[in-house]
Amino acid sequence: MVTDIQGGQGVRQRLGQMGIHPGDTITMLRYGALRGPILIEVHGSQVALGRGIASRIIVEEVQ
Amino acid sequence: MRIALAGQPNCGKSTIFNTIAGYKAITSNFPGTTVKYTETQTHINGHTCTCVDLPGTYSLTSGDPAEVEARNHLLSGEVDVIINVIDASLLIRSLELTLQLLELEVPMVLCLNMMDESQRKGIQIDIEKLSKLLDIPVVPTIATTGKGLKPLFMEVVRILEEKKTGIIPHFSRDVEDIIRQLILDLRTEFKLQHHVPSRFLAVKLLENDSFFVDTLPDNDDVSFRVKRYQAKLEESHGVPADEVISSERHALAMNLSEKASEVVHPPQRDIRIVIDHWAMHRVFGYVILAVVFYAFFNFIFSIGEYLEAPLMNLFNQWMNQLKGSFREGSLSFFLSAGVLQGIMGGVAIVLPYLVPFLIGLSLLEDVGYLPRAAFLMDVFMHRIGLHGKAVIPFILGYGCSVPAVMATRILEFPQHRFIVSILATMIPCAARITIIFALVAFFIGPNAALGIFALNILVVAISGKILSLLFPYPEASLGLILEIPAYQLPPLRNTLKKSWYRVREFIVIAWPILIIGSVLLALMEYGGIEKHIDWILSPLTRLLGLPVSVGTTLIFGLLRKELSMIMLTQALGTTQVLTVMTKTQIMVFTVFVTFYIPCLATIAALWREIGKKGALLAILFTLSVAIILALMTRIFLGIILG
Repeated sequence: MVTDIQGGQGVRQRLGQMGIHPGDTITMLRYGALRGPILIEVHGSQVALGRGIASRIIVEEVQ
Repeated sequence: MRIALAGQPNCGKSTIFNTIAGYKAITSNFPGTTVKYTETQTHINGHTCTCVDLPGTYSLTSGDPAEVEARNHLLSGEVDVIINVIDASLLIRSLELTLQLLELEVPMVLCLNMMDESQRKGIQIDIEKLSKLLDIPVVPTIATTGKGLKPLFMEVVRILEEKKTGIIPHFSRDVEDIIRQLILDLRTEFKLQHHVPSRFLAVKLLENDSFFVDTLPDNDDVSFRVKRYQAKLEESHGVPADEVISSERHALAMNLSEKASEVVHPPQRDIRIVIDHWAMHRVFGYVILAVVFYAFFNFIFSIGEYLEAPLMNLFNQWMNQLKGSFREGSLSFFLSAGVLQGIMGGVAIVLPYLVPFLIGLSLLEDVGYLPRAAFLMDVFMHRIGLHGKAVIPFILGYGCSVPAVMATRILEFPQHRFIVSILATMIPCAARITIIFALVAFFIGPNAALGIFALNILVVAISGKILSLLFPYPEASLGLILEIPAYQLPPLRNTLKKSWYRVREFIVIAWPILIIGSVLLALMEYGGIEKHIDWILSPLTRLLGLPVSVGTTLIFGLLRKELSMIMLTQALGTTQVLTVMTKTQIMVFTVFVTFYIPCLATIAALWREIGKKGALLAILFTLSVAIILALMTRIFLGIILG
């Protein structure tokens, strides 16, 4: 579950548009090779995120 | 009457548009295919309507240029009905845009597209309930098969006549209070006249949307008041005002989705998950990527080679007949030879490679493989200072540089767009691929052609590094945020239509230019002008060790890249290129043609997208890269071949 998104309005907006807000549940699907992007699932859609932006999303593990 | 198709990226707006317009807008299975709007005139129940297909936009907040274009169009006040297309399998996220569109207070129809996909995911949507909740017509459709589109347009006509707008669901009470106060202030105190509805304006101001904040009159009082309300929201919610609004909207969308839909069974696991497991695998993903492109390459080459040889023979026969029926050296001989060369160049050299290439590209696009390629390539793109989304303009560049340059609109930063535009023009387009296949693969061998493609990728990567060092980004890049859509079985009819749409572009625009160019060259040969041009360019051709007579063909190549190839046979006076050019010369020529100055249409596109200076820089950059590489090829091959 997303607990916080660190960063300015720009980051929040771009992630919010993809359906990622604090309080949403996201599922980690896969990690790219060589510190490549990660793939997550949120509200039924798959989104690729670069490591840079992914590190701004603070999550808490839920079952 | 103006109807606008609006919705989030990759929800099927262009597919719906094409069913009423004929194939006019390119469709693919990746977000951001449409970067500029397309219009068509149509008749629905006796109404003459203009239907506009807008680029996809995740929200009405400022984003990349393609999104801004969609938003400006929606805000222009000229749209009479909005068809909000949404991907029914992504209800929550899609409804967030719907909520913003409702605030525009324009009559609207909600088109629940991709119903088949949502059923597969086990989501059951209560159409009537959703329609009642928003007070707008809701029509389920499957655009790829055309299902539901007729009722959709019936509803559009009905809503046009009624001019009824939907209801705007309310946020929490305290947020609504502040919005109401701001509206009141804007209206009474500041007497602000704006062309957008006041509620919409108030919300956008509270969200601190720079576009609307900038449109405020130069009145400190207004911005001060807005700031005060923002502070109030931040104080009571503990997060910045923009986040308050976006969370409220998100909560509303979740709420609507909860009320109007339910998950009746878990998503059906299908083969696509297995495919993705391998296709995006951290090791096998790259193997598959290589195999896909290798297979693609062989597919084009084997078809092209199979067709080129017999067609060329036929062409040579006709050419000999021509020599028999006209006096060699006469004007009529030159003219008819020019025409024949232009026509046959298209049939024998271009089409055998172009058609399989375009069909293959359309297939890859429609299946949805490109976003996966972007995911895999992101890490390498970072090395050269870009990110994975830039892969899409690059891959499109293999089709034609013009849409590739335009596709840079899906990138957020001008700096990225600038660099990616220049790099995309260096990717061999279909015309240049034809040259590589018809000249290098055909006369030297497929591996040499593969070598040129590999060299090209290497050079593009190095150029990217150089350009990103020369033009560093002032702003911190956000990195990749890209939706990966589900695979789709390519709607074959659609894929073929798209390929035809692109082939037709060659037939209608490029071919006539080829024929005219070919005739011009024949005339120049007849009048002896060609010699002068060749002489002017001789320093370059000598430097590269090419026959002096190819000089003119390089100039013609600026019009259309295919011209260089077709004229080559004409300038040399034979289609048996190997009899007059060595293998090294063929390689040097092809390398030079692959990289040098983009064709006129591309220069025009560059001019539009990155300005005059950018276009000029692209010309100089590509020309110097071409000369250096061609020279290196000459020296290198000179050493190994002796």
